[in-house]
Amino acid sequence: MLLGPALAISALLFSIGVLGVLIRRNAIVLFMCVELMLNAVNLTFVALSRFHGVGGQLMVFFVMAVAAAEAAVGLAIILAVFRHTTSVDLKTNTLLQG
Amino acid sequence: MADTIFMALGTIAVLSALFCVFQRNALAAAIWLVLTMLALAGMFLILGAPFIAAIQVLVYTGAIMVLFIFVIMLLNLGDAASDIRGPGVKAIALVLAVGTGAYLLRLAGYDPARLAFELTGTTDLSPAAVFATAEVARQAAETQGVVGAVAGPLFSTYLVPFEVTSLLLLAAIIGAVVLAKRKI
Repeated sequence: MLLGPALAISALLFSIGVLGVLIRRNAIVLFMCVELMLNAVNLTFVALSRFHGVGGQLMVFFVMAVAAAEAAVGLAIILAVFRHTTSVDLKTNTLLQG
Repeated sequence: MADTIFMALGTIAVLSALFCVFQRNALAAAIWLVLTMLALAGMFLILGAPFIAAIQVLVYTGAIMVLFIFVIMLLNLGDAASDIRGPGVKAIALVLAVGTGAYLLRLAGYDPARLAFELTGTTDLSPAAVFATAEVARQAAETQGVVGAVAGPLFSTYLVPFEVTSLLLLAAIIGAVVLAKRKI
């Protein structure tokens, strides 16, 4: 019924996303890795919605709406930061470090 | 047959996700992520969620990733120097990611029978009896169509979250405009 393989692939994608967030310094690539983690969770929702009815698919729907909102605001923040420091590298953006 | 295609798509998704993480060029990383998302759309199709698969292609690869690529090109981030962190952070990150992966991979052992057993605590009931709602949903998809089966609960049981989502999107639109404007 593909439940085990789907959950395994979802686990792999999620941990790859975690790895990306931790090792990259480019703010945009970091954001893309967060999207990757959201996608991995969506796969779990869809795989389990085969057993729980349509609720899981609707949850994916809401996750996508939140991801779209998050991408719009997040990229606007990155643009604003870029205008200040002309870099999206997190190494140079240390204003909050005190 | 479907299982083989599913595993092939899963392999493509995992490999292109790895390429995305280790690709120096931000634009190339974005393209690899698009491939991951397309493979996921195919997997949704095989898992019996064609509407979600279509939305995945439209919203994720069509809208969100275009926004990402648009910003990457706007900021001209083509050939930057490597932005991967130093060896110390890399080692810690690897330990954390492998730990997360190993912990979550225990889920791979689940099949419908085990899921039913852990939900009910007995082996007396067959998986089909435990997951009766899934059968109801499958029949709804046959009578109302794929979109109707998703839209029905969305506008009845999940109406309040749906309306709250519209508020969230409004807040995001206003926030993005305020942040991106030089002078308000």
